[in-house]
Amino acid sequence: MAESRSIKQRTPLRIRVEPRLSEPPAWFPAVVSFSAILVALILGGILISFAGGDPIRSYIHIAKASFGDIGVLSDTIVKATPIILAALACSVAFRMKLWNIGAEGQFIMGAFGASAIVLAPVLPAETPRWIFIPVMMLAGMAAGALWGFIPGYLKAKFNVNEIISTLMLNYVAVAWVNFWIFGVWTEGGFQMSPKFPVAANLPRLTDFAKTFPIFRGLTTHLGLVIGIVAAIILWFIIFRSRWGYEIRLIGDNPQAARYAGIDITKNVIWVMMLSGALAGLGGMSEVTGVVHRLQTAPLAAGYGFTGIIVAWLAKLNPLVIIVASVLFGALILAGREIQPSGVPKMIQGIILVCLIASDFLLRYRIVIERGEE
Amino acid sequence: MDFTVILQAGIASGTVLLFATIGELFSERAGVLNLGVEGMMLIGAMSAFSTTIATGNPWLGVLVAMLFAGLISQIHAFIVITLQADQVVSGLSLTFLGAGISLVLGEGLSKAGTVALLPDFSIPLLTLIPIIGKIFFTNQSILVYFGYLLVPLSWYYINRTRPGLHLRAVGEYPSAADALGINVFRMRYFYVFVGGMLAGLAGATISLAVSPGWFSELTTGGQGWIAIGLVIFAQWDPFRAAVGAYAFGALRRLILDIQGPLVLLGFANPFYYNPYLGFFLQMLPYLFTVVVLVIGSREAMRKRIGAPAALGNPYVRGERGK
Repeated sequence: MAESRSIKQRTPLRIRVEPRLSEPPAWFPAVVSFSAILVALILGGILISFAGGDPIRSYIHIAKASFGDIGVLSDTIVKATPIILAALACSVAFRMKLWNIGAEGQFIMGAFGASAIVLAPVLPAETPRWIFIPVMMLAGMAAGALWGFIPGYLKAKFNVNEIISTLMLNYVAVAWVNFWIFGVWTEGGFQMSPKFPVAANLPRLTDFAKTFPIFRGLTTHLGLVIGIVAAIILWFIIFRSRWGYEIRLIGDNPQAARYAGIDITKNVIWVMMLSGALAGLGGMSEVTGVVHRLQTAPLAAGYGFTGIIVAWLAKLNPLVIIVASVLFGALILAGREIQPSGVPKMIQGIILVCLIASDFLLRYRIVIERGEE
Repeated sequence: MDFTVILQAGIASGTVLLFATIGELFSERAGVLNLGVEGMMLIGAMSAFSTTIATGNPWLGVLVAMLFAGLISQIHAFIVITLQADQVVSGLSLTFLGAGISLVLGEGLSKAGTVALLPDFSIPLLTLIPIIGKIFFTNQSILVYFGYLLVPLSWYYINRTRPGLHLRAVGEYPSAADALGINVFRMRYFYVFVGGMLAGLAGATISLAVSPGWFSELTTGGQGWIAIGLVIFAQWDPFRAAVGAYAFGALRRLILDIQGPLVLLGFANPFYYNPYLGFFLQMLPYLFTVVVLVIGSREAMRKRIGAPAALGNPYVRGERGK
């Protein structure tokens, strides 16, 4: 007895963890996510200094090289554009607890579908821009949706684990595009297609430099508008439509959804197709807005994977995704010049780990109290 | 083309998948899905290679690889067992983290040149068996032989020993295991650690034996994910895991070797004269993984056997129905 009392006296404060019974206040998740990112950056800094780098200089460099002036800000937005669409793709599937980690492959297939319009060619090179762009958007979405349909169908019919199947299809997509650009559409034996005609490129701000001189050199392209419009439409689908209600219900409580008569099988396929179509649109935007030719290296640059982290950071909210994508666009843009070159990827990994760990604080309360029971 | 040579190399390359698959199998048998295999393998491959360069001792490389990957796996264990977060997302984050850390620490390693590798040897007498002796017991790395031992030992451990019974109980019915006095949390931490160590060993097998060197993310090339698919195909059974792993290893070798010769089965080799057709060969392991998943899933549906019942669920003491 005496011993236990002395321990209590020595530890006057006790830490207790208990489940939250009520929803935390609305600002709380944002603060938790923000703190998680901060912790991640500190941990990342420690690891950078272990690897022989200077963390503070690295971070200052990232901030300067991504938000320092309007030119780099525009470049940041260019990097953020494909991430927005890839993250939207992930968010809609994750909402239903469908783990589509194949946004990367669907993105590449979307770029392939859009490029096929020019390269096959479906439309002649003289086609005006206002026909080219919508047709390429549709083709990109269709190719991405097809790449989402396959794992969706396998999941619905054979209960095939979609995590593995979507991931495997990423590798297949890269090999598929490599075959076309190497074997069929090659430019002089290199692994890339010829450049697209100008009418098949998304307009960039710098294209209007004659009228607005301030836009000179800014490469932000129409893909940003496509991404924002897609985010708004997706927000309405998820939160204001019957279909969105079904998706959310299946994700939160599949049992209840089944009792409510919702066709889960059909929804698995449709949501995977919607997810694939969004990622495919991202691929279309990237190939027509930035790369201007079909080439795997700049397209298979991991946007689909970054999309997973961004979707999670944004708590699957389509509008928050836009903001989160800009942050990650900055990280990727500035990270290219940082040594060692794996730093941006590592920081992305640490951020995701910290975000997931921090979810604990949303479900549990940590109570600090006096030693006496 | 000599098929015994291809199969011989295929067994070596399948050993990588074997370690990763058995490791994931242990973790999943305890009820913890760990999608971070790819990341842990990269950590293993990088640390094995860099330790061997620094010390000249490949055994130390293997040891460091296993410990480092095991350590990384404990991040996942902490997040999903103690913090009860979603296992899918946490495992994904482990893959990112493992890839990122190994890229940062492995910077410049790819130019480091050659290192002392683990020894190859033949088993006397057994090599004399026609065909089989050549394929399985001639000039294989010591890790390949370790793989042969690991499969029956894992099976015996899981199905015939007392700790194995506890392992299965923790994965199938944790609250019952808890009531029997088995520490569910500690067991899960331990088997995630075992899974991490074996994934690290798989990585070391690549960088010190099968295709020596460090080639950043291309070192593993998605084999960690194939291993997770193989666990499903294997129905959580070590022997089926071995069949799957060696078959995939042989397939990977075949794809590499089929593009070399001028004549294939009496015809002009189309893959030699049209190298871009090789991209279709590159797709094969990934397409086969999907096929294997379909087979595994259909079989599981028919036989009504499948994943450990508690796979993917955090264990919360005192919560009903888990």
